[in-house]
Formats: sequence, structure tokens, C-alpha cells
Amino acid sequence: MKHVKTIRLLQQKISFLIDVQAIKKLTVICILTLAVFFLSASFGDSFINPFKVLQAFFGYGSDFDQLIIIDFRMPRIFMALFAGMALAVAGAVLQGIIKNPLASPDIIGISAGGGAAVVGFLAIFSDSNHSLTVSIEWLPLAGFIGATIVGCIVYLFAWKDGVTPNRLVLIGISVSAFMQAITTMLMIIGPIYQASEANKWITGSVKSSDWDQVQIVVPLIIVLLLITFFITRQLNVQELGDDTASSLGQPVQKTRLYLILLCSSLVASAIAFAGAIGFVGLMAPHIARRIVGSSFGVLIPASAAIGALLVMVADIIGRTAFSPLEVPAGVFTAAIGAPYFIYLLFRNPKK
Amino acid sequence: MILKNNYSKMIALLVGVILLLLSMGISIVYGYANTSIQTTYESFRQFNNSNEHLIIQNVRIPRALIASCVGASLAITGVLMQTLTKNPLASPGILGINAGAGFAVVFAMIFFHISSLQSFAWIAFLGAAIAALSVYGISFSGRDAVTPVKITLAGAAISALFASFTQGLLATNEAELDQVLFWLAGSVQGRKLEILLSVLPYLVIGWIAALIISPKMNILALGDDVARGLGLRLGLMKILVGLIVIFLAGGAVAIAGPIGFIGIVVPHFARKFVGTDHRWLIPMAALLGGILLLLADVAARYIIMPQEVPVGVMTAMIGTPFFIYLARKGGKK
Repeated sequence: MKHVKTIRLLQQKISFLIDVQAIKKLTVICILTLAVFFLSASFGDSFINPFKVLQAFFGYGSDFDQLIIIDFRMPRIFMALFAGMALAVAGAVLQGIIKNPLASPDIIGISAGGGAAVVGFLAIFSDSNHSLTVSIEWLPLAGFIGATIVGCIVYLFAWKDGVTPNRLVLIGISVSAFMQAITTMLMIIGPIYQASEANKWITGSVKSSDWDQVQIVVPLIIVLLLITFFITRQLNVQELGDDTASSLGQPVQKTRLYLILLCSSLVASAIAFAGAIGFVGLMAPHIARRIVGSSFGVLIPASAAIGALLVMVADIIGRTAFSPLEVPAGVFTAAIGAPYFIYLLFRNPKK
Repeated sequence: MILKNNYSKMIALLVGVILLLLSMGISIVYGYANTSIQTTYESFRQFNNSNEHLIIQNVRIPRALIASCVGASLAITGVLMQTLTKNPLASPGILGINAGAGFAVVFAMIFFHISSLQSFAWIAFLGAAIAALSVYGISFSGRDAVTPVKITLAGAAISALFASFTQGLLATNEAELDQVLFWLAGSVQGRKLEILLSVLPYLVIGWIAALIISPKMNILALGDDVARGLGLRLGLMKILVGLIVIFLAGGAVAIAGPIGFIGIVVPHFARKFVGTDHRWLIPMAALLGGILLLLADVAARYIIMPQEVPVGVMTAMIGTPFFIYLARKGGKK
């Protein structure tokens, strides 16, 4: 444990276990994320010089640049940044709770619940001319409610003198399959317009984000991320297994409930507006783990940065590669993340 | 309620066989066309070219046979995958089978305008095999040994990659979405007997091989170190399991498209009845898989008659309540 330092704050109420090497790597990842964040504003239908982007940030750009960057591009970039962070952190926490490398928000039914709710919303509120009877602005709310309810259902079904990771996972996958079945069925029964609208949501896209949405999502996700970050030591303990954790004095079930609630709210707020962007929740934590190691103190911020990076780059590709056609960001998260992950798996044989 | 002695396990298997035959009967007799046990019997004894007899002989019987073969194959591969990766969440999908097949079919449809089910079968099989082989290629390369975690992660990454290609193609070609959506949900509707017959040899080889290696699977389940200590040739064994999975799951996806749920959940069902001994687990899972798919297929005909629901949708809808019950009933593991 030579490289490891411990930081304790507030009379040891909060503590982090920190690997000095990993901190350096984490800094590099964060700088990279920041760079992509700024560069991302340059790309789009028309390329805008990064210096002009900086000018526009501080309000000195031309009106036209100002309009494109501040009004059109920034909302979706913010959405990509925060949705990516939220999904990746939720994935990292779930992999810690469930102790299974395949765990992700998709596995325990949260995303699938959101998907079913969105398709249901499109089906219920359509009239005979296939146009919606209520405003499409309610769609995110439907996704949020669906994700949260299904998260709760899974937890309740898995509860029997406490929730074991194994039962949580088994109930999670079957409820998830059930929700996907409902989604597929509604998509097939309904008209093609609904199917393609629903397919867009399931793939995940930040295209239609605006400042109003960003104003709701960003504070919510920041608060949730901060909470997650400050209870990482509980995750480190939880990962040791139920018996060890309870003999170390952790109220295992209570902690688990809080952690799952945290994950559900993170995922629900991300997918409500950005759709069920796949792959980030599963792979970002794995990529992060191979770069900075598996102590949650650095793993959580590293996952967040990598998740954000994935979604932002995917969105850049989505709106430039097939221009003028827009491809949902969710299509490219795996297309760019998987090759890199396979490379890591190939090059860096760590257990 | 795990059965303890071999005698009662034998009876459980026998009950399974009877239920499977019964489900096949139901699948042949009931459907949109108005038929009864009487007409079914007559269609065998004195075939008279009437509509009902034609439907029974040319549509329902192939369909029942296909459903039972596909269900059994998927369930067996589920058992193999869960033992190979030591992960209760594993399914044939984890080797990239479904994602690879789905991508190949969507690709062929958009770029070569292929749309017959017969050609889908071979394209899907090819796609499944390529995906699974690349997963194995990645897991076997690198300096360290092939650990279960490595196969799992490589598989998850490859599946995600192919799935994202598919979604990308569909997002840019929305017109094709409608046509291919039904195939992507998995269905045993409208398949001719020839499709089954051309894939059947692979399935039969897979079934027999799975039964032959079942004692060795018990050793593999003990963990890599113990298995090596007991003299199991790990590398060979893992390649063998991979080949069987390609044959069985690749064949299944070729016939019916990617049907989820069975491969992941039926093994857990079977484990609740006969425990973890693969010599019993594999046949039991095969029977349960066949039964579930047959019944789901019958239900798929009735839900929104005269339209049909893809059977992949029904397997999840029928199976989930049972599964939640079983998962809660079993004690702490």
C-alpha cells in the first residue's frame, strides 16, 4: 500500500482512499474531458474556430456565432456531459453493489422501465391520425416516472429478509426482459411513426435538448453525483461482501437501499431527457477500472469523466459524420467505446 | 424444492417429456384457423387437401417442431454460457450471437435487399459465428490465461459494438425498420420445415456434444484452478463449449431470430428443479426451454388475434411471473 494515501475530513466522517498514481491519470482524463467539451462546440453543421467559440462563451462573439454556440450547441453538450456522467457513475455503483461485471442500469430494469413508459406514453396519447394529443414535452416525465417505478418494483420483489445481490440481479433481468417485451409489442402493434420515435428514445439522443431541460437536469445530477462521491467508502466496504461489511459495522441493507435509490435517480434523470443511451453505464466503469484501478475514491470520478467523454464524442460524430442527417448519440457510444475497451483488454492483462 | 435423488430426477425428466409432447399437441391443434383434435387426427389418417388439413400439416407441425428445437437449444446454450463465464447473467447473447446475427441480417437487407427467411437463416448463422469467433479471438489473445471475466467482458464489448452498428443502420434507414423489427424480436412464424432441416444437423451435433461434455462441465464449474488441478484441459474445454454454443445458438438464431429470455432464465428454472449437476441440468433445461417456447408461441397467436405477437415478447411475459416466484422462493444462496 505504498502509493496509497488516506484523506480524512470532518472527524473521519468522510474519508477517501487515494492512489497517487491514479490521481495523475485522473487529472489527465479530466483535462481531456474539458478539452472535448470546448472542442465539441466547434463541430456541427458548420465548423467554428475554437477561438471564436471562446469569444462567444464570454459574450464577445458575433451574433451569429453566439446564436449557434450558446443557443443551439451548448444545451446538447451540457446534456451529453451530464447524462454521460450520471449513467457511468450509476453503472460503477451498481457493479459495486452487485459484484458482477455485467451489471449496469440496463440489467436491473431501470432503463427498460423508462423505455416501456415512453413507448406507452406515445401509444396512449396518440389519436387516430397518429398525432399526439398532449405536448411531447411530457415525454421526459414519462421516462423518469417509468424508470423510477420499475426500479422500486425490482427492489421490492427482491426483498425477502433483505436484498441479496444475487436475487436483485435475477429479478432485475427478468423484470427488464418483461419491460422490453412490452416495449417491443407496443412498437409492433403501433404505427411506424411511433416505432421510429420510440426507437430514437431507446437508442438515446441529446439532439432535442434546450436550456430549460438543462436547467432541470444539471443541478439534480450535480447533487446526486456529490452525494455518491462522498459515500464511496461505503461502496468499498460493500464490495467486500455482506458478512465482512456487517462485521465492519456497516448497516448492509440500509446502505444498499440508499445506493440503489441513488443509482435509480441518477439513471432516471439522465435518460428522461437524453434517452436510454446504452453501453455507457456498462463499459465506462470497466474502462475507468483498467486505467485507475478499483478503489471507488478515484473510480467514481474517473468513470464520470469517461462516461461524459464517450457521450460527448458520440454526439460530435452523430451530428457531423452523416451530416445533414443526425444520428442519435447512443449509436456511437459503443462504436467508439468498444474498440478502445477491447484494446485495453488486449494490451493490459489485469485481473 | 431441489430434487435430491436420481430416481425423482428421472421422474421429473419424464414429466418434462410428457409436458413437452402435450405442448406440441396444443401448438398443433390450436390457432387462428378453426381446428380441433378431430381434424388434426384426420389430417394424419386421411389427408383430404382441405384448408384445415393443409394448415396443420404444412404450417402448424413445422412450427411446433421448430419451437421445441429452438427452445431446447437456447436453454442448453444458456446453461453452458453461465458455467463457462461463471456468471448468472450470462446467456448466448454474451458471446455476441444475437448481436452478430442481427447486424448481419440488417446489413444484408439494406445493402443487398435480401428479404427471404431462407437466406436470412444463413446470413444470421454467419453473423453469429463471426461475432462469437471474434469474442474468442480477443479472449484467447494476450499473455494471461482465458479467465471467465475476460470472456464475459470481451463478449459484452463485441455485442455492444454489433448492436450499435445495427442501430446506426436502422437509424439512417428508417424505412427498413418496419420490415426488420419483427425479425429482430424473434419469431417462429412462417418458417418452413426446410429451414429447420437444413440447420437440424448442427443442432443435433450440439445437443449430443453438450450431453457428452456434461460431466466435464461439472468440473469446469468448480473454477479454473481446481479444474486444472483435477486434470481438465481448460483451453480445449473452453473452445469446445464455444463451438457447441455457436452451433446451437447460431442455429437457433438462424431459424427464429434473436429470441431473448430463454437462454438467460430457463437455466435458472432448471436449476431450481434438479440442482447444479450438469448431467441432469442440461436435459432438464432443454425440456423446459422447449415447453416455454411452445406455450409462448401458442399465446402469441391469441393475444392480438388475427395479428401475431413475436414469440420473443411472449416468452418474457409468460416466464417473468414464474421466475420472480422461483427467485423469491429459493432460500439464500
